[in-house]
Amino acid sequence: MEPVLVAKNLSKKYGTVVALESADLELYPGEVLGVIGDNGAGKSTLIKVLCGAVKPDSGEILLDGKNVSFTSPIEARTLGIETVYQNLALSPALSITDNMFLGREIRQKGFIGKFLRFLDQKAMAEEARKRLSDLGLLTIQNINQLVETLSGGQRQGVAVARATSFGTKVVIMDEPTAALGVKESRRVLELIAEVRARNIPIILISHNMPHVFEVADRIHIHRLGTRLCVIDPKKYEMSDAVAFMTGAKEPPKSN
Amino acid sequence: MNDISDDINKDLKDQPKFVDDIGSKNQEHHTFEQGEQSILKKIQHFLHGNPTIVPVIILVLSVIAFGFIAGDRFFSAFNLSLIVQQVTIVGILAAAQTLIILTAGIDLSVAAMMVLASVFMGKLSVEMGMPTLPAIAIGFISGIATGAFNGLLVTRLRLPPFIVTLGTWNIFFALVIFFTGSQSIRSSDIEVNAPLLHFWGERINLGGFVFTYGAFLMIAIFIFLWFLLNKTAWGRHVYAIGDDKEAAELSGIRTDRMLVSIYAVAGLVVAIGAWVSIGRVGSVSPTSFYEGNLDSITAVVIGGTSLFGGRGTIIGSLFGALIVGVFSSGLSIAGLDVLWQRFALGCLIIIAVGIDQWIRKVSN
Repeated sequence: MEPVLVAKNLSKKYGTVVALESADLELYPGEVLGVIGDNGAGKSTLIKVLCGAVKPDSGEILLDGKNVSFTSPIEARTLGIETVYQNLALSPALSITDNMFLGREIRQKGFIGKFLRFLDQKAMAEEARKRLSDLGLLTIQNINQLVETLSGGQRQGVAVARATSFGTKVVIMDEPTAALGVKESRRVLELIAEVRARNIPIILISHNMPHVFEVADRIHIHRLGTRLCVIDPKKYEMSDAVAFMTGAKEPPKSN
Repeated sequence: MNDISDDINKDLKDQPKFVDDIGSKNQEHHTFEQGEQSILKKIQHFLHGNPTIVPVIILVLSVIAFGFIAGDRFFSAFNLSLIVQQVTIVGILAAAQTLIILTAGIDLSVAAMMVLASVFMGKLSVEMGMPTLPAIAIGFISGIATGAFNGLLVTRLRLPPFIVTLGTWNIFFALVIFFTGSQSIRSSDIEVNAPLLHFWGERINLGGFVFTYGAFLMIAIFIFLWFLLNKTAWGRHVYAIGDDKEAAELSGIRTDRMLVSIYAVAGLVVAIGAWVSIGRVGSVSPTSFYEGNLDSITAVVIGGTSLFGGRGTIIGSLFGALIVGVFSSGLSIAGLDVLWQRFALGCLIIIAVGIDQWIRKVSN
């Protein structure tokens, strides 16, 4: 099987600090790839490079086998790499519908849409409702509710629905459960499974080891600016992963 | 080596085991229930969802109150329509100001921009013999250009809008003095050379209610901006930028370009106000509307728009302007000194911002 997203030899320096040193990453269709690493291991730089927020000094990124490069998250998004940021990047004072289509609004057909740029709010509301119920978030009663009236988990749901709604090839999720309580984290993990069931591969960055082990198909362990190893969560314990991450144990040879 | 592994194992054991602790999937796993709410909380939520309600209530209450205090003289058709006439200019400035404040900015230069535009209109048509319509068009261009200039300074130099417009307020005012030599263009000269400039000052009588055309234009501007803000992507982006600029940027909105366009649209609205102001005042005076900047901000704030951006309605600013008009008219008919009008206005501003702060707490 061909990987959807490949990163090869990515390097990035901030002054004298090496954040990434010939780092690699592969994401295969329909999988959840967990990315873990100690603080300062360079995993957040890796993710920023993949989502377009940071330009690497060298290395290449292949999407569907084609060489791509982007200078902003918007360019990455246009190519199909969607990111759910840790702070979600939602506008709390706008409605769920407005947020889902922010920057990609559906306009009315004909003159009033093309020239007066009027929005087709009915179509957007319907589409938003459909997207949310696809992800099992139907119980958000009012699609025109303001996002700030939603709980943390619900907001995450809106952000994920938005990230998976526009011909998405890859979803990057940055610490999706970090700000959530136990119950809401549970829902978000189910949400991740839901997205995977729809064959959209996910890169999941998280500090929460049990969460990563629960939903990831493979786990990419990052250490000292590069990929240390990729492990199968069924074959290793969390303690092994932590030991690899911190250098307490030798990683397995490539598998 | 083993010790470390054991420690890690122990640490991990302390983490909750989700599948065991929470139990298997159940029917309610996707419901996000909201807890019981007190009445006060419900009011807070209601006002939060309907920010225009507060100014409407204040407007209705103040009209009723002044009806009692000042009696028939306040409640006459003539006086009520006079209030609308009096708030026309501040209302139009407040419409422009609302756009800026919604982006979490503030524009201290709107009145100076307006006077500058009216100077162009008057100078060119009355003193330099240009046909009136092109002169008005140049006035509009002046409004758009000065607005865009503010926007460019805010986005390119990353300066706070407060500072930028504090600077341009003085610059525009200086330009006004430079172009006019501190001389007014007299109403009689305008009437002879460019009567079209007085168009919006003409009145019609509707069953005792006397309205200027300008009052209708003000209402039309508010309706137009309401559509723009609520029915177009541009309008939604105005709110998104004011709400969270970074989030808007990550959503694909080119926030800098948007901001310049918002300041330019506000400038155009201000320039329309310039035309209306010539009809309202009669002459073009370089020193008129000196308090227009702050009056427009007052109207917007009383109208329920948050100075922190992203929240508020354009129609609220219309009500805000009307509230200010009702207070000035009512208090002066009731025979109170101007100082008490100021006093009341000051209290209103503080109350309005206080209510806004309270309503905003809902999101936490």
